[in-house]
Amino acid sequence: MSVLLNKNTRLLVQGLTGREGTFHGKQAAAYGTNVIGGTSPGKGGSTHEGFPIFNTVAEAREKTGANASVIFVPPPFAADAIMEAADAGIALVVCITEGIPVVDMLKVMAFLDSHRGTRLIGPNCPGIISPGKGKAGIIPHNIVREGRIGIVSKSGTLTYEAIHQLSKVGMGQTTCIGIGGDPLIGTSHIDALKLFATDSDTDAVIMIGEIGGTAEQEAADYITAEFSKTKKPVVGFIAGQTAPPGRRMGHAGAIIAGGQGTAAEKMDALTKAGVHVVKSPADMGTKMRDALGR
Amino acid sequence: MKIHEYQAKSVLARFGVPVPRGEVASSAVEAGEIARRLGGDVSVVKAQIHAGGRGKGGGVKLARSTGEAEQLAKNMIGMTLVTHQTGPEGRKVGRVLVEEGLQIDRELYLSILIDRAAAAPVIIASAAGGMDIEEVAATQPDKILREHVDRATGIVPFQARKLAFGMGLPGPVANKFVKLLDSIYKAFIETDASMIEINPLILTKGGDLLALDAKVTFDDNALYRHPDLRDFRDLMEEDPLEVEASKFSLNYIRLDGNIGCMVNGAGLAMATMDIIKLSGGEPANFLDVGGGANAEQIKNAFRILMMDTNVKAVLINIFGGILRCDILAAGVIAAVTDLGVPVPIVVRMEGTNVEEGKRMLKDSGLKFATADSMGEAAERVVSLAKGA
Repeated sequence: MSVLLNKNTRLLVQGLTGREGTFHGKQAAAYGTNVIGGTSPGKGGSTHEGFPIFNTVAEAREKTGANASVIFVPPPFAADAIMEAADAGIALVVCITEGIPVVDMLKVMAFLDSHRGTRLIGPNCPGIISPGKGKAGIIPHNIVREGRIGIVSKSGTLTYEAIHQLSKVGMGQTTCIGIGGDPLIGTSHIDALKLFATDSDTDAVIMIGEIGGTAEQEAADYITAEFSKTKKPVVGFIAGQTAPPGRRMGHAGAIIAGGQGTAAEKMDALTKAGVHVVKSPADMGTKMRDALGR
Repeated sequence: MKIHEYQAKSVLARFGVPVPRGEVASSAVEAGEIARRLGGDVSVVKAQIHAGGRGKGGGVKLARSTGEAEQLAKNMIGMTLVTHQTGPEGRKVGRVLVEEGLQIDRELYLSILIDRAAAAPVIIASAAGGMDIEEVAATQPDKILREHVDRATGIVPFQARKLAFGMGLPGPVANKFVKLLDSIYKAFIETDASMIEINPLILTKGGDLLALDAKVTFDDNALYRHPDLRDFRDLMEEDPLEVEASKFSLNYIRLDGNIGCMVNGAGLAMATMDIIKLSGGEPANFLDVGGGANAEQIKNAFRILMMDTNVKAVLINIFGGILRCDILAAGVIAAVTDLGVPVPIVVRMEGTNVEEGKRMLKDSGLKFATADSMGEAAERVVSLAKGA
């Protein structure tokens, strides 16, 4: 098993005809993902790089049975794209787009409140990959390998770093989930941990957080109350231990505001929850090996 | 994006929020004229910088005559104001806001921001206004009132009444508060603000509510749809290197150390700063060149890194995904050749086309130190920065 993606995934690419959409749509198909086509309003009925193009998500779903979507549309139109996918009944929506205004995301969150059948991943994330099964997003598939570790992360390249370190100690991944670095996101660390908790093929989890907000502290509470029962070790790293307060560190959500959201308080909460917290980002792989006693 | 108090008040006034009468001045003479126009016995001269704590730093003063207003403005304009938020280097004051003096009965606190955990806007109000709200939260937490806004409906009047009576406002004032909060909430949503903070919100002896101070921050991601608000940007308030970097869509933040870093991805860039510190060094900056950087952008990034004269060594840490290592290597080689970088450079690359990238660096004839892991790279660059 893996989480979120499997051999039954039928992936639609919203914004397939754009530069990013084209590149990553082809990459996903090359990796064996069942990419059933794309949307591009006004270009419906045509084909692009061999993929059928539809005007609307609803039409694409009706004609292809799409059950997942990955979004590569520019920020001013991305919130609309997420809501269109949810309205069409797409169960898994992965939004890669960086730079969506928070007010737009408030509308999306309200919309998703009444479309409970849809899970949103992101926005501002690298997406998800289940090695050997498929991917929805931009995580380079040449670096992953099949295995039994789950990864959940706010950061793209730190996820790649974790994958690489796991490979060095001979471990692969069940699924890597990039949840995104924005202040408002569809799937939280807790949501991802819940998926890994019930996945019998995932033995342990690497959880990568960063400064800003309290999502990691909430995850720590969840680990203490529920996840710890699974006996699956969690290795944690928090980026931004040296970040100055009041400055946005690249990601829209990565900011220490009003003295809150520091790396220290997150690391402390996770340590108390029994997470194997590493100070150095270079130690994620070896710490996982140790935690599993291998 | 941060803006000045006088700009924030102009935005709020547009939405019907009452603010004191006043104007901004960039010279002492102008300030005196404004005080004369305002009339009254007392005016207030307020230094305009993007930082709080101005009062304690000597940036807010009462003037009892137009001559005094002019003199105070003369002292303030051009001075370097140091507050607990500016750091020891302080900020140079370019303008002052001259406002009417008001008879204050009570000072309240009011702010709106996004509660990330609730994924909704939250209104924070307190009867203990005029002080640092973090201090109030720490010492008198029961004096902080919070009201979450329903994402679908927006603010509803009963919520404003709850806050007003919670702060102990009398009935007629509570009605004014309902209207005021509605205006502020509209301003928050319609301008794509990330925070509006009014501290203090004052109740005058005449029974009026006014925003005596105002701090507004806008969501950078939404500025594309607010050309009028974009004009509020004050480059004097920003680090010149950060301004330069922003022209090339590079995420650069200047820090105090001497090890320049160039990284792809915000998380990895923060982690690289962290590992430099853990290895005993100090990062000179945060720099995320992004996932789709090309050779030209790498060159600009290098140029900006080297404009910081504190930089004694550079660490390049790239995990190639979409950004291929061979493209990065070509960019680095071109930049170093063209710019003649005088400090040691440690390159750590991994990921897509890494072998090709490494070969290009080796064949370039330039002196790069390479490392195979983040830990090794950090240790190398720290010892090189120390001159070892």
